[in-house]
Amino acid sequence: MITAFLFRSLDGKVLAGVAILIALAILVPVLSLATGPDSALHMPTYLVALFGKYLTYAMLALALDLVWGFCGILSLGHGAFFALGGYAMGMYLMRQIGPRGTYGDPILPDFMVFLNWKELPWFWHGFDMFWFAALMVLVAPGLLAFVFGWFAFRSRVNGVYLSIITQAMTYALLLAFFRNDMGFGGNNGLTDFKDILGFNIQADGTRAALFSLSALFLAGSLLLVSGIVRSKYGKVLVGIRDAESRTRFLGYRVENMKLFAFVVSAMMAGVAGALYVPQVGIINPGEFSPANSIEVVIWTAVGGRATLIGPIIGAVLVNGGKTVFTGLFPDAWLFALGGLFVAVTLFLPKGIVGTVAQFVTRRRQNKAAAKADTINGNPQAAE
Amino acid sequence: MFSRPIDIIIPKLAPAFAMILALFLALAALPARADDDPAALIKALGTANFTDAEKIVGDLGKTGDIKLVPALEALSGGDLDLRKADGNVFIGKAAGSQMTLIDPLSGAEVGKEAKGGLVKIKINNGLRRAIRAAQGGLTLLSPDRAVRLEAADALLKAPSQDNLELLDTALAKEKDGEVKKLLAEARAVSVIGSDLPLDDKRAAIALIRAVGGQDAVAILGNAAPSADPALKGDIDAAITKIQADIALWNSVQNITYGISLGSVLLLAAIGLAITFGVMGIINMAHGEMVMLGAYCTFIVQQAIRAHAPELFDWSLAIALPVAFLVTGAFGLVIERCVIRFLYGRPLETLLATWGISLMLQQLVRSLFGPTNQEVANPSWMSGSFGLGGLTITWNRLWILVFSLSVFFALLMLLKRSSFGLQMRAVTQNRRMASSMGIRTPFVDAFTFALGSGIAGMAGVALSQIDNVSPNLGQSYIIDSFMVVVFGGVGNLWGTLVGAFSLGIVNKFLEPYAGAVLGKILVLVLIILFIQKRPRGLFALKGRAVEA
Repeated sequence: MITAFLFRSLDGKVLAGVAILIALAILVPVLSLATGPDSALHMPTYLVALFGKYLTYAMLALALDLVWGFCGILSLGHGAFFALGGYAMGMYLMRQIGPRGTYGDPILPDFMVFLNWKELPWFWHGFDMFWFAALMVLVAPGLLAFVFGWFAFRSRVNGVYLSIITQAMTYALLLAFFRNDMGFGGNNGLTDFKDILGFNIQADGTRAALFSLSALFLAGSLLLVSGIVRSKYGKVLVGIRDAESRTRFLGYRVENMKLFAFVVSAMMAGVAGALYVPQVGIINPGEFSPANSIEVVIWTAVGGRATLIGPIIGAVLVNGGKTVFTGLFPDAWLFALGGLFVAVTLFLPKGIVGTVAQFVTRRRQNKAAAKADTINGNPQAAE
Repeated sequence: MFSRPIDIIIPKLAPAFAMILALFLALAALPARADDDPAALIKALGTANFTDAEKIVGDLGKTGDIKLVPALEALSGGDLDLRKADGNVFIGKAAGSQMTLIDPLSGAEVGKEAKGGLVKIKINNGLRRAIRAAQGGLTLLSPDRAVRLEAADALLKAPSQDNLELLDTALAKEKDGEVKKLLAEARAVSVIGSDLPLDDKRAAIALIRAVGGQDAVAILGNAAPSADPALKGDIDAAITKIQADIALWNSVQNITYGISLGSVLLLAAIGLAITFGVMGIINMAHGEMVMLGAYCTFIVQQAIRAHAPELFDWSLAIALPVAFLVTGAFGLVIERCVIRFLYGRPLETLLATWGISLMLQQLVRSLFGPTNQEVANPSWMSGSFGLGGLTITWNRLWILVFSLSVFFALLMLLKRSSFGLQMRAVTQNRRMASSMGIRTPFVDAFTFALGSGIAGMAGVALSQIDNVSPNLGQSYIIDSFMVVVFGGVGNLWGTLVGAFSLGIVNKFLEPYAGAVLGKILVLVLIILFIQKRPRGLFALKGRAVEA
């Protein structure tokens, strides 16, 4: 059954995408580690970390695409799930610092010593073990999505209202994580990480490995989402997106199906966040800001909503553009991003991939029609 | 002020000879005191010890001679000096290495003396209090109302039985209501510590209780230890009563804070109630319209400062139409260029308007810089006034008045004007309205412009209480959406109720949970509320499955 699931998920574009990602996962570490710094093919570590970051963003955009593109739930709070996954990983990394912190406390992270706390809060226990942190990366966002979705979908909050309350959710979390009393480092968040699973987090090898992991996880997510949307369940999801009431009247349990997609998407976002934190070296409450979550929506929209490859392309393109732009003309970036929002909604409602696909299909249809016409002996009248 | 610690100087290891000397000095001072001549009394001050000095000061106070005030002031300021040569007392003013001597009664300059020839008359806290009371007594009869008020206040803070006589005299003469009230209080405080009959003291306690406030609690608390044991119960009861009153006033004050926050929310949300609530556009650029309105205020004030400073008090009145027109024009352009292509696709309007908001923010940042701009309050909006136990600031009151007037004006426009009728017709059934001859694109454009213009006017008001920076709008956008969604989309009354209930709930949670946690709780409450009523407090009723 799983084979069938995977087999179905692998059509042309997805296969190509997965292949490219796997190739990147092998190639980039080789270019970064095996070549000398003088080699023309050498990839500096900062670029590895930068592209690794883009890949985690791509995974987040893909997660959003699952619920927005295929299920019609425009979540303006996906940054919250991303940040929660990131915080789970950050807590593990904080515990790994051990006595190497500024204050040298073997158990308490620096900020707790600074706040004069005497013992670890209960929710920090267990994060010294990687498996537990990894579990929490899935559980924390998944649980939040489950509880939130359970209430929201059951009471049929949808459309604009759902978007606005997801925004309220991430805003509330933003305010909460800013508080020092919450025990997550307040304003400064978690940073100064030393190592992950015993490897120095700054080392080139670790960076390259993290990049490969991001690429592989993204490839896995691509397969997963592709499998989901091509399954029978996926067809119903699209049905819900296009006509929710009709699907409900046909006898499907709409709220459960939405809930499943929402939770899976949140967990994917959490994993993306967990891969993001060791590569950028910090997680702070700013990740919860509503503006971040809205930006994820634009990545997805630029690449192509309801396509599988689109969000990945969109996330990499927009973020690459951001890196270049903010370097060259720092003042112009917000104009460019804002203009992108407007232009994409007005002129490219299907996104880059969607528009290209539409173009290709139309040409193919035209060709087929022309061929059919020739065969039938009616060459097209010259107009 | 009243709770200032009363430190009593206890001479711990006073050498015996000093005590003997003090005794001699006191004996020497006594004959001088016998006659009530102010000059002799002041001279006696020079040699008296602290205890005697207190008595002398009390006597000075009883003379009722206003001319004595400078001398007492000099004494409390440490400027009163004793000339060693003849034992006379002067007010000394430093002039180079010498001191200029001033006669304490006449105020005339009488000569100079080397610093070594003078001894400063020392005072302690007990004496200082006596001086204040004496000054109070002397100035109680002053023709200047402000001086009398201050004097009554001083006596209130330093109760003593000796003041009673003086207070009674002053009370009999006093005409001014406020001064009279303060005098009565001062008298009541002094009565509690006196040897008057119990009934008088009970009446005094009742009077203080009726006055109320934190000061009254302190007054009674200080009087309690030295008061007649029979009065203990009365004093405790009075304190409990006053504290209950204070708690009540505090919650009333919280309600006023809540109403004030509610009016700010209403003002911020009211434009959104049009663009989002009526037109169904998720207008994420709404906050930036508010921000533009605030910058209009800034520009208008700059222009007025430069060209017509005398008009400054009118700056807000001038800024209002300017902001309305400027942001309305922005809204018109946005609607014509972007939003009209997106009707019926609310989620896309969200993205497009978010993009517009980013561009507007950056535009303002590029033009005016990222820092806060200073917008001043006109004089009629500064300051505050008291109402019972409440303090109400003028700007908050004006914002409440303004937000309500905007609200009702908008309501009238929607319900009573032909434009409002067309607006409602278009939003309810676009095609039907079009068939009836309504120019729907025109109505759309001007409805959006109206919503934006109102946001701009809100910006004028909010510039008075918030920082005018490019991020101004961002801090209101989520709150505004919460208000509209909570109140119910498409219903102005819902926006009104939503704004005030969120404001009041927020301010009531704050004392218990803190400002941030209170806000989080409100957000969580709204999220839960939406589950219960997905269409808000006042939902529009309809039969459609998917409205």
